Amino acid sequence: MSEYWNDVFGGAKSLVVGLSITAREFFKPVVTEQYPWFVPEMTENFRGHIELVGNEKTGKPKCIVCGMCQRSCPSGCISLAGKKPEGEKKKALTKYHLDFTTCSLCGTCIESCNFGAIQFSKDYNLASTRKEDYIFDLLKRLEEQG
Amino acid sequence: MTVPIQCRHDETFVLNLGPQHPATHGVLRVKLTMDGEYIVKAEPVLGYIHRMHEKMAEDGNFAQFMPNTARMDYLHALAYNHGYCLAVERAAGIEVPERAEYIRVITVEMNRLTSHILWWAAFLLDLGGFSPLLYAFDDREHLLDLLERVTGSRLTYCYFRFGGVYNDIDDEFITGTHAFIKRLRSRMPRLYHDLVTGNIILQKRLKGIGLLTEEQCRRFGCTGPVARGSGINYDVRKNEPYSVYPELDFDVPVYTEGDSMARYMVRMDEMEQSMRIIEQALDKLPDGPIKAKVPKILKPAAGDYWASVETARGDLGMRLVCDGGKNPYRLKLRSPTFCNLSSFAEVAEGMILADALAYMGSLDLVIPEIDR
Amino acid sequence: MDTSIWRPILYLIGFMAFAGLNAAYLGWCERKGAARIQRRTGPMEVGFQGLLQPLADGLKLMSKQLLVPDGVDGILYRAAPILAMIPALTSMAVIPFAGNVQARAVELSVLLLFALASIGMMAVLLGGWASGNKYSLIAAARSVSQNLAYEIPMLVTVITIVMLTGSMNLEDIVLHQQGGFWNWNIFPLVNHSIAQAIIMPVSFIIFFICSVAETNRAPFDMAEAESELIAGHMTEYGSMGFGLFMMGEYLNMVVGACLITILFLGGWDCPFGLFPGVWWFLIKIYILLFTVIWIRWTYPRTQIYKLLNLSWKILIPFSLANLLMTAAFIKIF
Repeated sequence: MSEYWNDVFGGAKSLVVGLSITAREFFKPVVTEQYPWFVPEMTENFRGHIELVGNEKTGKPKCIVCGMCQRSCPSGCISLAGKKPEGEKKKALTKYHLDFTTCSLCGTCIESCNFGAIQFSKDYNLASTRKEDYIFDLLKRLEEQG
Repeated sequence: MTVPIQCRHDETFVLNLGPQHPATHGVLRVKLTMDGEYIVKAEPVLGYIHRMHEKMAEDGNFAQFMPNTARMDYLHALAYNHGYCLAVERAAGIEVPERAEYIRVITVEMNRLTSHILWWAAFLLDLGGFSPLLYAFDDREHLLDLLERVTGSRLTYCYFRFGGVYNDIDDEFITGTHAFIKRLRSRMPRLYHDLVTGNIILQKRLKGIGLLTEEQCRRFGCTGPVARGSGINYDVRKNEPYSVYPELDFDVPVYTEGDSMARYMVRMDEMEQSMRIIEQALDKLPDGPIKAKVPKILKPAAGDYWASVETARGDLGMRLVCDGGKNPYRLKLRSPTFCNLSSFAEVAEGMILADALAYMGSLDLVIPEIDR
Repeated sequence: MDTSIWRPILYLIGFMAFAGLNAAYLGWCERKGAARIQRRTGPMEVGFQGLLQPLADGLKLMSKQLLVPDGVDGILYRAAPILAMIPALTSMAVIPFAGNVQARAVELSVLLLFALASIGMMAVLLGGWASGNKYSLIAAARSVSQNLAYEIPMLVTVITIVMLTGSMNLEDIVLHQQGGFWNWNIFPLVNHSIAQAIIMPVSFIIFFICSVAETNRAPFDMAEAESELIAGHMTEYGSMGFGLFMMGEYLNMVVGACLITILFLGGWDCPFGLFPGVWWFLIKIYILLFTVIWIRWTYPRTQIYKLLNLSWKILIPFSLANLLMTAAFIKIF
């Protein structure tokens, strides 16, 4: 019987405590960020999709087309090509495509690169209804940035 | 309060719970034979999100499997990172610098906190309480921000590397973590315990419901909070210590009741223990390198290696078989949720639907981890 | 007796507007209230503070296809949403909002209201049955047992009030409580004995819990328990069929709040005897409605057997004890 009364009065008390807590929360300020109106800045270490790094002076990609990133990628989402321009010793990049649909943002490609030629971008506002929008032409992106 | 029922088989019906159902948190399907509200037979059907992770491990080299580990138990991704790194490090004989070990423990425990907080939120959602979910997300958001600062991602971390970690932690992270722990400790008693744990409705729904005996736990191989709620004092961090856990002082909460409330309380207490571990590890954090020198392509000697870690859901085992090549020969995962779920069929028998779902929630299921 | 046919018709139009606005804007209040409790902002995009959101929702629901799944009982499936609305709308006719603001003065209006409330349960039952969905069927069965269990303490409590007032007319019950909050049935200090002042708050709490349960609101929303039964009896409904169920739920809340206001809170009476009128009635019902919303966003859901236990083991004994004590006090004093 004492358990019964305990349930009735203890229970009623716990319900009132619950109500008082939510009532206090009701008058506290909002904690959410209003996303489309307020776009948060990504931290320094944020891993967006990869992008090419340009040479500071020339703006040309630092990439020497060794293909390490392509080989290290677990999902095979990088495809690149390069050829030797006339009269030069090194290869120059002609194509660097990232298939973002299969990329898992692990960063293995960046670690495999010995020349610092790729880095994480800070883009995260990525939305589209078409698959083709996610085959990024990173060479074009670098030119647009430069 | 499981009532033994006599059912007439011509009066039962089959209820298909899932694969799309709000309470199964993913694509788990349970075929329930029901007699009214009572469950006569429960049969979990798995495999809806089977992605061949074990086979994928054999397909690439050792480093290439790293991102996959985070995608199985997406709520405690760093523990999977840790388990895989441990297995490969044991195979290749890599020594991990001490600072890296401490950073690993700190981040794994923070990830455990996010996992338990999210479990709490989702469990309350299963029980029909919506506001706690958002209070929990408020806390979790702070943790994710902190983890994002060092790991670069928010959910599917790929942060550990063989022989260390990917990024060093900075002072801002340390002060932020201390501030967060202070904040969570001040919010815990009110928003978590007064509002929810003490609530009579919750008490009535969890106490004595979903009894899982110690014997059943051992038979099904349940680990983690599920086993500790049934009185089995087993925690990989204590029983088979790895990393720097032996140097840290923490308790393993054990409850003997075996009901949903016991599992609930184990997780609530574990949050406090995780905070203790983080604080100690931050205080003891030594200086030094965060990554050992490791060749890019690993070729461990042929052999059979085992590593197990304590994830938020229990004992995760990784069996790595190497044949001397640059790919793993076989990677077998022993995922804790799979074993925990297998107890569902037996325990849910004779329960009513709402209680069975509360029991399922108290198991803390992560479906991709079951199916792999 | 008012013989003019125009009075009910005018009131009908008024009630339709009142009901529609209430159903729409209670939805908005619920979303805003939930958002504030959870420290979010709630609807913000459509109109100032999302005030036009109910309109947008209504338009969306109306423009959707009325889908009738295979294997449903066609007539009952279509009738159920309408049945969810009708009793609530009809109940409005006998509710006295103020001194002379009442569509039809019925002598036994208390009885009529409870009869209509029971029909409201039929909507859930028929909708759940006709959908041909197992989750809906469970919801239907649950809602029947729940409503049966909770009507008993509710009616017993009402009998206490009727005994105190000596009338089953809602207007008489209100008139009996005129003249400040110390005369209200929730805390009757003046006209009755002190013992009565202790009993009545308990009756009020019982009645309030029962009306929350009768309207299928959380924490007693067994019928639509979304984490168990998807959406219960509404699982197979889309477009305006679903919309009508939602409106019916909010209207039932309004009727329940009106009833509590009349039975316990003195109807249109002002707490301090100033400016009695329809606004006091509205203020009281909205305070009650907000409390219901507040409760929904605070507690987890009960479980069906615990819910029935609450009714049979706690509410019914308490309400019967109240009834007996009230009868005794009336006889003695």
